Amino acid sequence: MNNILNHIGIENYIFLSVILFCIGVFGVLYRRNAIIVFMSIEIMLNAVNLLFVAFSTYHQDAEGQVFVFFSMAVAAAEVAVGLAILVSIFRNLGSITIDNLKNLKG
Amino acid sequence: MSLVLIIFSVLSAITLATAFLTIFSKNPIHSAIYLVICFFSIAGHYLLLNAQFLAIVHVIVYSGAIMILFLFTIMLMNLNEQREVHRPRITRLGAIVSFCLICLVLIAIFINSKPIVGEYTTTGEDYQSIKVLGKVLLNEYMVPFEFASILLLVAMIGAVLLSKKEKLEK
Repeated sequence: MNNILNHIGIENYIFLSVILFCIGVFGVLYRRNAIIVFMSIEIMLNAVNLLFVAFSTYHQDAEGQVFVFFSMAVAAAEVAVGLAILVSIFRNLGSITIDNLKNLKG
Repeated sequence: MSLVLIIFSVLSAITLATAFLTIFSKNPIHSAIYLVICFFSIAGHYLLLNAQFLAIVHVIVYSGAIMILFLFTIMLMNLNEQREVHRPRITRLGAIVSFCLICLVLIAIFINSKPIVGEYTTTGEDYQSIKVLGKVLLNEYMVPFEFASILLLVAMIGAVLLSKKEKLEK
């Protein structure tokens, strides 16, 4: 059995994950629509998961993939609660532009 | 240039391009569709790394459950007409500058740490089939596994409660 990293190299996976994570950060900073912000957070989580799996292959260890399962469970829970909060905000304010959510600012 | 490297490059290009399009498209539904493509290409990366079970779970959980949730929420809010006001130009410029800086710093860190990355070993030992994963998950990670189920239960109750509360007040 040949290790896939002999052909590709762990560096390429690291660079891909870093750029994907930075795209996620950029999306959080750039957009005002709260749903797009949520999608950017999903992109960031996926970048980290990809790096976990790459290093799991690198170390020939199953625990990296097990951690990805937990991370997916947390992501699913986070999205469910977050979208419920967004729906509730939309019912109250009529929009989900995050700049309108300033009620906590004294 | 081997075939695997070509597949990796094409998949990475698709991943990065659709991630950018997710952020830049005006219509939230288009963003969701691009995000689905992005998730599928990440599942392709998992397949390339020979993590078949994880690839299937990724497609089911992300492309199946999470994206359907996103699409239904977008339709529920009726956002498909584009009425989003853009951020002020200075904020957008700041976002672009910080994106470039974070990329630069992280890539510089990983380039400098490259000597630590050793040789790739292949022991031929099975470490990513469903059998091994299940054993690791239910032996060493038994307690976190149970806590994950409690977390999902609490999230489900919380989501129902949060979306139902407004109806009761009316």
